[in-house]
Amino acid sequence: MNRNQAIIFEMSVPGRQALNLPQCDVPTLEIETLIPAEFLRKADAQLPEVSQPDLIRHYTNLSKRNFGLDSGFYPLGSCTMKYNPKVNEDVARYPGFAHIHPLQDSESSQGALELLYTMEQYLAEIAGMDAVTLQPAAGAHGELAGLKLIRAYHRSRGEARTKVIVPDSAHGTNPASATVCGLEIVEIKSHADGSVDLEALKAAVGPDTAALMLTNPSTLGLFETNIEEIANIVHAAGGLLYYDGANANAVMGIVRPGDMGFDVVHFNLHKTFSTPHGGGGPGSGPVGVKKTLIPFLPTPVIAFDGKNYALDYDRPQSIGRMHSFYGNFGVIVRAYAYILAMGPDGLRQASEDAVLNANYCLSQLKEDFYSPFDRYCMHECIVTSKNQKQFGVKTLDIAKRLLDYGYHPPTIYFPLIVEEAIMIEPTETESKETLDGFIQAMRAIATEAKTDVSQILSSPSNTVVGRLDETTAARKPVVRWKA
Amino acid sequence: MGWSYLPHTDNDRKAMLAAIGVAATDDLFQDVPANLRLNRPLDLPPALSEPELIKNLQALAKANISMEDAVCFLGAGAYDHFIPSVIDHIIRRSEFYTAYTQYQPEIAQGYLQALWEFQSLICEITGMAVANASMYDGGTAVAEAAMMACAASGRNKVITAAAVHPHYRNILESYGLDRGFISSEAGFVDGVTDRDQLEKMLDDSTAAVIIQSPNFFGSIEDIKTLAQIAHARGAYLITVVDPISLGLLESPGALGVDIVVGEGQGLGLALAYGGPYLGFFAATEKLMRKLPGRIVGQTQDHAGNRGFVLTLQAREQHIRREKATSNICSNQALCALTAAIYLSTVGKQGFREVASQCVQKANYAYRELQKLNGCEVVFSAPFFKEFVVRLSKPVAKVNKALRAKGIVGGLDLGSYYPGMDNCMLLCVTEKRSKAEIDRLVSEMGAIL
Repeated sequence: MNRNQAIIFEMSVPGRQALNLPQCDVPTLEIETLIPAEFLRKADAQLPEVSQPDLIRHYTNLSKRNFGLDSGFYPLGSCTMKYNPKVNEDVARYPGFAHIHPLQDSESSQGALELLYTMEQYLAEIAGMDAVTLQPAAGAHGELAGLKLIRAYHRSRGEARTKVIVPDSAHGTNPASATVCGLEIVEIKSHADGSVDLEALKAAVGPDTAALMLTNPSTLGLFETNIEEIANIVHAAGGLLYYDGANANAVMGIVRPGDMGFDVVHFNLHKTFSTPHGGGGPGSGPVGVKKTLIPFLPTPVIAFDGKNYALDYDRPQSIGRMHSFYGNFGVIVRAYAYILAMGPDGLRQASEDAVLNANYCLSQLKEDFYSPFDRYCMHECIVTSKNQKQFGVKTLDIAKRLLDYGYHPPTIYFPLIVEEAIMIEPTETESKETLDGFIQAMRAIATEAKTDVSQILSSPSNTVVGRLDETTAARKPVVRWKA
Repeated sequence: MGWSYLPHTDNDRKAMLAAIGVAATDDLFQDVPANLRLNRPLDLPPALSEPELIKNLQALAKANISMEDAVCFLGAGAYDHFIPSVIDHIIRRSEFYTAYTQYQPEIAQGYLQALWEFQSLICEITGMAVANASMYDGGTAVAEAAMMACAASGRNKVITAAAVHPHYRNILESYGLDRGFISSEAGFVDGVTDRDQLEKMLDDSTAAVIIQSPNFFGSIEDIKTLAQIAHARGAYLITVVDPISLGLLESPGALGVDIVVGEGQGLGLALAYGGPYLGFFAATEKLMRKLPGRIVGQTQDHAGNRGFVLTLQAREQHIRREKATSNICSNQALCALTAAIYLSTVGKQGFREVASQCVQKANYAYRELQKLNGCEVVFSAPFFKEFVVRLSKPVAKVNKALRAKGIVGGLDLGSYYPGMDNCMLLCVTEKRSKAEIDRLVSEMGAIL
């Protein structure tokens, strides 16, 4: 096994090149006559000099040292790693999508505008909302946009509401987004069964409540049955309900955030709508709103007069811009293709199968692993390493051992309120055979915990590197190449 | 009907339901109150097969004029630079594009190393000590830089040059309103920031001055002097740069800049109607632990093998939660990978060559256009690949006539800056040939 892969700078040999550029074919002038010498670079940037074959091998070797969804099963809770359809990659590269300029006139970009406009309608229907903006570039960006919409709404009514209520099980981005939006967090404890504690919520709301941020199903993979009452409590206090769409894969065509009482919702196209995560992006985080919030949507808004599509900048109450142009268009094209391929029945089937798969995993793992909630789960389930603790095996150890079995580990240590959590989200694109293989591996690890702890604790043993020293990485950061 | 993305047969579903111990899938949804359920199918078009899907999307794509079918002189934050073939071959490797964030480093070494190389390459071209692994785009990177400068300085005023991209200033304003920092704008003289005005605006509560260079008009700013002016009052200097220009222009690091951000689209990313693009973010060593976003660090395993991990995570939202200074989570990793491949592909010589050709070709177009009646230059400041001309006719009208000839003309500045009616911002990249530039000039001559 090749344990070390050279850094591209280490491969550099002066004089090599990976690209031939054409000769400059216009009459040239001395550069100093065009740009004063004081503005010019004294020394070239020390970029690597490599041949094209070596460049390709470098990146091919790097790709082989990486696990992607096409390489194997990725049961990451709250991340929804589903199959990325290949045709979507092709359509996003059509010249009429990939090579159009964001500032070319709307007459020459009717197809792009129609796609965006239609996508807004589709997402509004799926969410049960009245309008959607596609501008946010990721889920957390959508959260920020959504909270800005909520602030603008309260501001327009002359109300200074500055507090956002989040359950202690919330995604980490929720409190961070609220802070970036200049809001204060009020954290409320969850009930023992994982649901929002209604008494705690009643005690927390007040005239300063801007919003409650919630995901339903929750980060525990459980449906918040009291959602109507929660909505009533927040609305009665004058606050709005924000839906974090990270877990929307459980409910497409079954129940809609808008019908549950939510006023603002974001979707993660890179989760629910099958666009690739790209190793950490690009994502896309469209935001849907109820009618009262439409005036505040970011500019520009896509307009349609029954004949032509256009960009509408005349929005005096708008929160302004959230992105340099119109969001991650290329990602939106992929998600649009996914919705068209699935249709209304397919989206519902996807959610049903996602929930089926999660419950199947839970039912098969319950014997060996501790299950903190005795309920059917939605699209993801939680078990813990409580049963393995007596042998000195923690959740992290189980995750690392899974690598040796060829699986990407589930989300671990989240939600924070479940000790030693292992959060499994199989998604609907995994077959029964794949799930059975994963379940078998988990059971084998449970057996090893009883019989051969050393193997678990020294894992992973067949990856290109072993467990890495993260403490030194943070204490003495080496964050760039230096010759 | 079946769906090719869903593996289960009805038999699979039955077997799994039996193993769970329920009679039907619906039983698994018993927690969803009946009155909330959608008792109808979603109002969406029926599912399309793959051939139908392709036809549908081809029709939409063809309803747009692509820059493959037109000659592009439009820039203003999105640029038609040459994209080497190797890029798409590498980023289409599914181990990269279908991966998740690198939370399990042992099976994500490939991506982690590539992002670490991206950070290194950004540091090389900007002359800065540290870079993160990407932001959403240039505009949001500017807003994040302003937030970081306010947090790091404990001050709350930000002065932005009016010659910074208007969209970036819009984002800054939108972020600033709720975040509680105050933004004001310094004007320009002859296409560059008004130094005297800026100096008067600065005071001891100024956290940062934001300058773009080359700025929105394409003009190159005197960054070194502006940095001295900002530093004299204890403010940070944030510069927004075109990475392609750094093949030729002095690195911001050498000019005393504290934070460098910019739009990385020109580094091998398709125009794609404005996204996905790439924000980059680099700073001095002193600011390392205050950076937003993800950072990859080098370390080793117990056997001494070199390895990479996401590091300094105490800054990030999933650890500090409400104390986080930025909420960025998913970023633009694949776009960062693209930029890294681009910079390694053009290499040391090619990077300088691309920048040089931009300057030469833009200047050639500038000289030739000046010869036309009804087309005059507006500023005399040195420029990189964009410049402003004032036309004798409205820009929209000229552009429409150009489009009929297969040319996408420049941006109408009249809608962005008062007093700049009939002014057009033109962009000439290294991709434009002499013949294409000559065609622009002759068509413009015929229209004006």
